[in-house]
Amino acid sequence: MRGSGPESDIVISSRIRLARNLAEFPFIRRCTPQDRKSIEKMVHDRLQAIPGFNTLYYLRVDELPHVDRQFLTERQLISREHAEAEGARSVAIDNDERLSVMINEEDHLRIQVMKSGLDLHSAWQQINEVDDQLESKLSYAFHERLGYLTACPTNVGTGMRVSVMLHLPALVITNQIEKVFRSLQKINLAVRGLYGEGSQAMGDFYQISNQITLGKSEEELIGQVSGVVPMIIEYERKARDFLITQNREDLHDKISRAYGILCTAQTISSEETMHLLSSVRMGVNLGLIDDLAISDINKLFVETQPAHLQKLRGNELDTAGRNIERALYLRRYLQDRGKEHRDERN
Amino acid sequence: MKCQQCEKPATFHITELTGEKPHELHLCEQCAQSYLTQNPSGGMPIQPSLAGMLHHQLKVADTAKELAKLDEQVCPICGISFYEFRNQGRLGCPHDYTCFGSELDPLIVNIHGDTQHSGKHPKHHHQSSQDQTRLIQLHNDMKAAIEKEDYERASQIRDEIRKIEEGES
Repeated sequence: MRGSGPESDIVISSRIRLARNLAEFPFIRRCTPQDRKSIEKMVHDRLQAIPGFNTLYYLRVDELPHVDRQFLTERQLISREHAEAEGARSVAIDNDERLSVMINEEDHLRIQVMKSGLDLHSAWQQINEVDDQLESKLSYAFHERLGYLTACPTNVGTGMRVSVMLHLPALVITNQIEKVFRSLQKINLAVRGLYGEGSQAMGDFYQISNQITLGKSEEELIGQVSGVVPMIIEYERKARDFLITQNREDLHDKISRAYGILCTAQTISSEETMHLLSSVRMGVNLGLIDDLAISDINKLFVETQPAHLQKLRGNELDTAGRNIERALYLRRYLQDRGKEHRDERN
Repeated sequence: MKCQQCEKPATFHITELTGEKPHELHLCEQCAQSYLTQNPSGGMPIQPSLAGMLHHQLKVADTAKELAKLDEQVCPICGISFYEFRNQGRLGCPHDYTCFGSELDPLIVNIHGDTQHSGKHPKHHHQSSQDQTRLIQLHNDMKAAIEKEDYERASQIRDEIRKIEEGES
């Protein structure tokens, strides 16, 4: 979410994950607590033996306080399921938080690489290398006909999920988003909200990913997603152009009001923050707000979430407390950035 | 059992896996059909439900007996029953793909439109499916031997595991 990379005005991030299981253990649901411990230890030890992998941060998720697990979820380094599950489980994360390897999630291994902007090909290159290195030390459950075997038949084959997170506020305002979804479904692509399966789209963020994992090669699956994204980007840009030419005052007003609330609110929920930041993000892209950068907004999306606020404050906060802390954080951040920009201009 | 939404008998038993916990629904054919084609998140198109597809494929409405028989099938390696898989939507071990193959293959075609992997293959220690199954079995035997404090047997099993892992079997 650095706000860099190709098409980063509309594409937030590109992510590829691979599901892998070890040949010698049952899948997670049928593992005994002892199996989980053995898998966890085995993968950790073997990770340590791979050159370059011994510098990964290695965290035992089951030993972390709840707020830290939530913090990792908010940074998309672990899934919600991994944060909330029971039993021995861990995550290995690289320095710049682009690579994470979840151990004992739904599958024994869930490897994930995330890039800013639309950058699926380099994500694939990196994850493919990581997978090869892991596979040189671990023996994966693999079937001659069905490919990589996974706990859920929806992931069997490549075990690969390719996702691109898009910010599509103009398609939402112009009521065209449904049409886009329908056409994506026809070509077997799934559309989900910000936090994956079952979640609602918040702040006009939508994740597009492949549904099929068997019968097509990794490159073909990546090609399918990366082929359709430029078309959606084009639709979104057209919708933005339409709004700005047909309705500039209304759009400018909506964006300025959103910015105004974020700069002055005394208490604000995370949902309202997402919603308003979404408008401001579009305003920055359209040049209607000039004292913020896209990277500022992306940072605020992450840092105004509950666990981030509590880590920042250094203590637990209830919902009301978090809403006050969030408003305070937003006011301070936006004031500072505004001042910096004014100083730069003078 | 009556349908949760009307007075007709419930012939479709759907387990939804999209939320945080599995959610069971008991519906008649008509209500199930409208449930499976509705739009649950108010605007977002539905994703095909694994349980829904499985039901469609099994055509359980008139074969309750056969389904009950099928449900009793148990994987000899991990011990999961077909009922448990149907209920939880997750398999118990790699061998389930072979053991429940005749039920799983049509489901896999439903999901992916294919049953033949065409992506990457492991480059290094790749054992055959039989060897992989044997490995899980040996690990189970080793756990049992350790529990019985039969360390001699456990070390024999460990050697056998190593042989398979190093491709000497």
